[in-house]
Amino acid sequence: MRVSFTKALQAPSIILLFLWMIVPLSMTLYFSFMRYNLLYPERSGYSGSLNYDFFLTDPALFDAVINTLTLVGSIIFISVVLGMGIALLLQEAFRGRGVVRLMLISPFFIMPTVNALIWKNMFMNPVYGLFAFISGVFGWPVVDWLADLPLLSIIIMLSWQWTPFALLIFMTSLQSMDKEQVEAAEIEGAGFWPKFRYLTLPHLYRAIAVVVMIQAIFHLSIFAEIFVTTGGGPGYDSTNTTFLIFTQALLQFDVGVASAGGVFAIVIANIIAIFLIKTVAQGMAK
Amino acid sequence: MNIGYKNMRRLKHQSIVLACYILAIIFFFPIFWMILTSLKTELQAISVPPLFFFEPTFENFSIVQERSDYLKYATNSIITSFGATIFALIIAVPSAYSMAFFPGRFTKDILLWMLSTKMLPAVGVMMPVYLLADSAGLLDTKTVLIIIFAMMNLPIIMWLLFSYFKEIPVEILEASRMDGSTTWDELRHIVLPLSWGGVASAALLSIVLCWNEAFWAINLTAGDAGTLTALIASYSSPEGLFWAKLSAASTMACAPIVIFGWFCQKQLVQGLTFGAVK
Repeated sequence: MRVSFTKALQAPSIILLFLWMIVPLSMTLYFSFMRYNLLYPERSGYSGSLNYDFFLTDPALFDAVINTLTLVGSIIFISVVLGMGIALLLQEAFRGRGVVRLMLISPFFIMPTVNALIWKNMFMNPVYGLFAFISGVFGWPVVDWLADLPLLSIIIMLSWQWTPFALLIFMTSLQSMDKEQVEAAEIEGAGFWPKFRYLTLPHLYRAIAVVVMIQAIFHLSIFAEIFVTTGGGPGYDSTNTTFLIFTQALLQFDVGVASAGGVFAIVIANIIAIFLIKTVAQGMAK
Repeated sequence: MNIGYKNMRRLKHQSIVLACYILAIIFFFPIFWMILTSLKTELQAISVPPLFFFEPTFENFSIVQERSDYLKYATNSIITSFGATIFALIIAVPSAYSMAFFPGRFTKDILLWMLSTKMLPAVGVMMPVYLLADSAGLLDTKTVLIIIFAMMNLPIIMWLLFSYFKEIPVEILEASRMDGSTTWDELRHIVLPLSWGGVASAALLSIVLCWNEAFWAINLTAGDAGTLTALIASYSSPEGLFWAKLSAASTMACAPIVIFGWFCQKQLVQGLTFGAVK
């Protein structure tokens, strides 16, 4: 009696999440096979695989997929390497470490839109931006970051935001490292690299897994940073899959094609999700 | 010889400290620059070379408030982030309790499935959600944001609570059951007090994620229910040339959550790692 009552407590979360998943998902699937454009409501009906043909043969799709993977991969790489390096440096005790830590962590709490606008206007603007000014001082050629290196610009913005996240996780993880083991290794004369390779890195394994998984979830659907800076351009140079579908759906009002794109995005996300969950989450559920 | 070794250590220590300070300055500089720009006039804001010393003005802040009603957007942000977090917690606490102490054969699979719903790209379900919200008359309302934010964060909250509840020894619960306590008593007087830190960190993380959520906030709201992320996005268009005002708006949009984050960084770390990294 009691057990069945407590079991029933699980129901709300399961039912709600199931609805949150299945209702929009099945609608997306349904729309993806329909002719459905908000601008031409009179054209409707079953369209077969037309939407998929249209979306999958879009020449921009290949670029968008490559851009998405480049973004996810490079941001995770930069933030993990930098975050770990800084976390190791911060193990040294010194005056003002608390303030240094707060300063280093702050970017993580900045809104994605604000993050993008700070960099776009005050740093990367080719006329008034600080980067342009610094280039000028050293006599380097001025770079119009968002036009010339749009993808790199977005990687810089997101790495600035997410390195602090990785740092936060690594810092806490390092606190629980077995100090005696480290001291023993030092007495044995182990230098920095052996200590890092055989003690620190294995200890950080779980933290790295967490950082990679959470970041992958968020970076697969980067949107705000692109929306307020490059708008996916120039051309499709900084369009990721999320943004490509967004332009289909909201700018061309084509629900059918956008839904086909949505199904495509879900398939990609699931391939990565299965891989991540297999390797990361399974171990953490134990 | 000994002195040389000591000097080496000292040099190493000092260079590490120096590196830490330099890194901190580099990482914090964009935020510092944003705050500094918000205190400039528009002309000073775009001056070349950039100005470090000037007579600060607080005019921009009052202009932002007047022009776009900052307080309305801030209120929306607070209501939606806290509302969604409370909503998600009300659903998640009993569920996680039940899964942690009365696990079934599929509990672990259910938890993994819940996490996998986080991987569903928002853009993949944008049109249906938009149309559903439209037909329910919920477009541009705080209600729709609260529901969506709660569903988005529910899996993470479930995971956190589950892992924190798991750490409570079952013996304590069994003892209280012998004394005849009900499920509600057990939850309220034993489970929640013992895992208070975990519940708080789950709530904090959820609030930060809601506050900074941009995709749904931009696409589902207009003037009425817009949150601060939507306000900032609206400043990115033609008006975006007014850097000083934009900086003032940005500073006002971020300050609450950054300060909030500073106070809570410890709990947040536990939250972010699903309690796995201690």
